[in-house]
Amino acid sequence: MEEQSFKSIRDGFGEAILELARTNRDIVVLSADLAPSLKVDTVRNMMSGQFIECGVAEQNMVGVAAGLALSGKIPFATSFSEFLIGRAWEQIRIDVCYNNVNVKLIGSHGGLSTGEDGATHQILEDLALTRTLPNMTVISPCDIFEAYKATIEASKIIGPVYIRIARPKTLVLTNSDSQFMVGKINILREGKDIVIFGTGPILGEAIMATEEIKEKSIAILNVHTIKPIEKEIVIRFAKEAKLVLTLEDHQVIGGLGSAIAEILAENSISVPLKRLGVNDQFGESGDYRDLWKKYGMDKDSIVKIIKEN
Amino acid sequence: MNPFDYSINQIKETANLLRQDVIKMISLAGSGHPAGSLGMADIFAVLYFKVLSHDLKDPNWEDRERVILSNGHICPILYATLARSGYFPIEDLAKLRQFGSPLQGHPAKKNLPIIEASSGSLGHGLSVACGMSLAARFNNKNYQVWCITSDGEHQEGSTWEAIMLASKYKLSNLNVIVDRNAIQLSGDVSQIMPIESLKTKYQNFGWNVIEVDGHVPEEILSALERSRQFDSGPKVVLAKTIPGKGVSFMENKWEWHGKAPNQEEAEQALRELGVDL
Repeated sequence: MEEQSFKSIRDGFGEAILELARTNRDIVVLSADLAPSLKVDTVRNMMSGQFIECGVAEQNMVGVAAGLALSGKIPFATSFSEFLIGRAWEQIRIDVCYNNVNVKLIGSHGGLSTGEDGATHQILEDLALTRTLPNMTVISPCDIFEAYKATIEASKIIGPVYIRIARPKTLVLTNSDSQFMVGKINILREGKDIVIFGTGPILGEAIMATEEIKEKSIAILNVHTIKPIEKEIVIRFAKEAKLVLTLEDHQVIGGLGSAIAEILAENSISVPLKRLGVNDQFGESGDYRDLWKKYGMDKDSIVKIIKEN
Repeated sequence: MNPFDYSINQIKETANLLRQDVIKMISLAGSGHPAGSLGMADIFAVLYFKVLSHDLKDPNWEDRERVILSNGHICPILYATLARSGYFPIEDLAKLRQFGSPLQGHPAKKNLPIIEASSGSLGHGLSVACGMSLAARFNNKNYQVWCITSDGEHQEGSTWEAIMLASKYKLSNLNVIVDRNAIQLSGDVSQIMPIESLKTKYQNFGWNVIEVDGHVPEEILSALERSRQFDSGPKVVLAKTIPGKGVSFMENKWEWHGKAPNQEEAEQALRELGVDL
């Protein structure tokens, strides 16, 4: 994988899933008429014996995946997250999580970063919908390299996993050698006065913001695994901090912001908390950087909040 | 191989025992779904005691035929059948719906691992069965998959998604048995949401259709064996049944879809089923 500054997260998944399909005959990729968008058209073309096209029928796709997993296969069910997690949530709850089977759910187009397609396609609730489900692991990679590693690691977990990926080319924040362990928070930047817990490609905005504020000691933590969340490091950083920020391309209700707030509250950590994300609204069409700005999640919004606090 | 290979007379006796179990279980539990459970007793008896290839000593035998109960609310008949087959003690049937019981109100694989999949919410089982059928193809296995569903369940759109997929992939090891009892929770299927003609619909979706009287063991046996032998695509057995079959005051009454008999009603039902009280 060549290292460039802006790359699409979904390409990391596409590369990993082809590699997995080639090396493990039990891997089965399911599509709901979005193979090119999910970057699994390579599997369709090159490994057709391990590919099932379900058509525009996501509920059935998830049920079929559960049946495959109950029979020893390792299915990866792929679609836009809106249609996968949103539409087929009940199949995910019962067929996948209640049966506790080895199904991997890959949802793309998570968040406002979906951009021009508009609100119907910009799911902002998927992390909330998945992290409340028993047995589920929830991963939200920040860049192409993490998406690749998350896919490989997900294949090693026996049980349900949801990986949220995104469409646009976004800032590459890690590299092929960066450590990635499911359930571990990565420290992108050390600091102690202010700590930013972020997830997904929007972490790039936090990196750019801190480059503009040299006078404060700011930590940036990459919470790529939303569930199970690594509580210890959250507690350790939050206890030292004067301000905690959470940053996500998702509703602050139920997502990373809620998860961090729960940890702080349950551990009696009294620190000001600001949750950046979409606040009980739907998105709209536009360039994703313009949307992040409008909804108060971009670099300038982060700089403003830090300077005010 | 079926471990019982019962005669028609043995199947009839077993079906009657299963009906008695169903009434006792639901009456003790104080809630549950008697109409569909009673209506499917003959089919369950033929399937498990004559047709199904399964192994009591090795419930997870990899070549076993799979049974997916998609309309999970009729699980009393499934539990009774599994107990009468010897998968767990018959006394355990008294624990239906009780705290800590493996016999949950709707089938739960977590609590009762010998079942193939959890069910209860309608419109799921056929998709799961399709996945199991596809897995057999991937794994070069010859086992048949039997998915039991109801006519009311065909109001769920996801059922039709699965019907399309089974046809596209010519899942010739997939057998669906539809309990055509014509009732659902709050009324007759024809009133709540008509699904006719189910036969034509399945045919138009590319399935092999067999119709059968769901209370004549000889005919059920013939239908299930013919279904198993079709190898050109997915197969459906449309079984006409009488909900509440065997208990006069329950027969064909949608009101008994999901209501437990009180003690007096249970005693009358058991007497009608030949129990000497």
